[in-house]
Amino acid sequence: MTDDQHTADPAADAPRRGTDRRSLLRGGLLAAAGAAAGAGFGLAGGAAFSSQGGGAGGAVPDAVGASPSAAPVGSADVPGGRGSVASGSLGTATIAVSEAGRQAGVHTPPGAHAIYRAYNVKKGMGAQRIKGWLRLLSDDISRLMRGTEVLADVEPELGEAPASLTITLGLGRGLVRAVGATPPRWLAPLPAYKIDRLDARWGEADMVLQLTCDDPLTLAHADRVLQRESAPFGEVAWVQEGFRHARGARPDGTTMRNLFGQVDGTSNPVPGTPDFDQLVWRTGAGAFGQGGTSLVLRRIAMNLDTWDEVDRSARENSMGRTLKDGGPVTGGAERDEPDFEAKRGLVTVIPDFAHVRRSRTGNDAERIYRRGFNYADPGASGHDRAGLLFASFQADPMKQFHPIQARLAQMDLLNEWTVPVGSAVFWIPPAASEGGFLGEGLFT
Amino acid sequence: MNKKISALSLAASLALVGGALTGCASGSAPADSSGQSVSTTAAAAAEQNMPAISVADAWVKATESDNDMSGLFGKIENSSDQERTIVKATSDSAGMVQLHTTVPTPNGGSVMKEKEGGFPVPAGGSIAFEPGANHVMLMDLKSTLKAGDIVKVTLTMDDGSTSTVEAPVKAFSGAKESYAPTGDSSTDH
Repeated sequence: MTDDQHTADPAADAPRRGTDRRSLLRGGLLAAAGAAAGAGFGLAGGAAFSSQGGGAGGAVPDAVGASPSAAPVGSADVPGGRGSVASGSLGTATIAVSEAGRQAGVHTPPGAHAIYRAYNVKKGMGAQRIKGWLRLLSDDISRLMRGTEVLADVEPELGEAPASLTITLGLGRGLVRAVGATPPRWLAPLPAYKIDRLDARWGEADMVLQLTCDDPLTLAHADRVLQRESAPFGEVAWVQEGFRHARGARPDGTTMRNLFGQVDGTSNPVPGTPDFDQLVWRTGAGAFGQGGTSLVLRRIAMNLDTWDEVDRSARENSMGRTLKDGGPVTGGAERDEPDFEAKRGLVTVIPDFAHVRRSRTGNDAERIYRRGFNYADPGASGHDRAGLLFASFQADPMKQFHPIQARLAQMDLLNEWTVPVGSAVFWIPPAASEGGFLGEGLFT
Repeated sequence: MNKKISALSLAASLALVGGALTGCASGSAPADSSGQSVSTTAAAAAEQNMPAISVADAWVKATESDNDMSGLFGKIENSSDQERTIVKATSDSAGMVQLHTTVPTPNGGSVMKEKEGGFPVPAGGSIAFEPGANHVMLMDLKSTLKAGDIVKVTLTMDDGSTSTVEAPVKAFSGAKESYAPTGDSSTDH
């Protein structure tokens, strides 16, 4: 990640103040701008697995200086046991809660570990109860991300090292309807694609909590706290866990590799750039406008057994990128543009069926921001024991995700070894305003 | 019911030293992110436009029914330069509200009992209301306290001033333990 990318952070110019814990909130976000864009499998066209976390190591010191808006709710008092957390390192890194009215966990660097926990609203919960749920969760989320105690938490020490924890709340159309609002048309299951083998157990739900963190213990605690809080209101629909490179194992900002060994996410739009903002954030008035976005979460099983049968050059051709560093097979480094016209004899070097070619629709507006995680269950058997939690953010799933997926479903050599088994779409509301809560726009 | 009282007193204690997010006091009673707000009628505080006593991080335990009891927890802060003693608590949600403390028993248990004389809050300092320790006990509930509800509790100080906190109701299963200490008077309060 370069200094240029650091300054691309929209909040980089925020006024500096103090060196309290709140200051460290900036840590993660500074590193966020380093998110790498990407090729990689799934929806490569402008999609990506971006950088590893933020605020670690060297990033923290220059993160000092929180913008006042970084802490709209909650104080950042240091818990009593803070002495047990290494300072200036991975553990203390925190990520601003509501930069520019946007929830963390979209434009911020992905943590090394992720949990997506989906809920369905329990029967009998009216708008007022759901509002109470959202209020409680909003407070918990704000506190957890700062590493401060959640009310009524008997084991707050587990949350002392936020380790770049982000918690992002997404809502499905079921919850939107339950509170008496009308969901936008895009907040619905995606069209069926012929490659899909969807299992309802990974399908549509009323709410999702996306938690990402560099410390699996902090992550587990946050997940537990939110489960406890949610128990009176919702039933767990599903849980999906994922991972990337551990923080510190690769330089921050290194594009992730998937379990096929591919550099996955090279051509992503870069957080903090106008390109990213235009593609990802919703605009306009109303509850589903300004500051929100959408999450498409697809569970893509990867057949590691049949992939083993493919030799290295064929693997590279299927993608159009090298395995060594993710550079185009037509030459150059990871970030260089592939030469789609280059020919070897009579045929193009990048085959017609190559993922890097198929995933581009030719329309620059039809791009998405990918922020996925690998999954693997070492003890499982069957076709769904390893794969990719393909998570993408875009202003409008139907206008951006759908055209790409439709094109890939039609032809993409990677379909040979991958199969979508889960699919869900969520609205990601704007960050809570001061004194407000996530999803508040639904109630006004 | 009595079991629940003693169980509450035995619940693990909370270290509520975190942010002043919930229930942070203000004379103008703005809602914070959890929806709590605080108003005060403290005469001295009114002069400074600041409440002397406020409750941060306030929350109330959810109940299964209106037969249950509940407690208010949080951090009681005194921003004035004089010690104030909380002598009474009231709530529209409960028919009876008491200031409770717990004391250890010789057999290793603990007993909850009404705190005589109330809770002094040092000038410029704070005290904690925690499960298993000092707290405000809510009894004879008017209705079941459901998670996500807001409960108002008014604290009255020795100088006659009051401070009202709006606390979110949270599911808390710790106080469900049915531990009944023997040989003590936990049912007397």
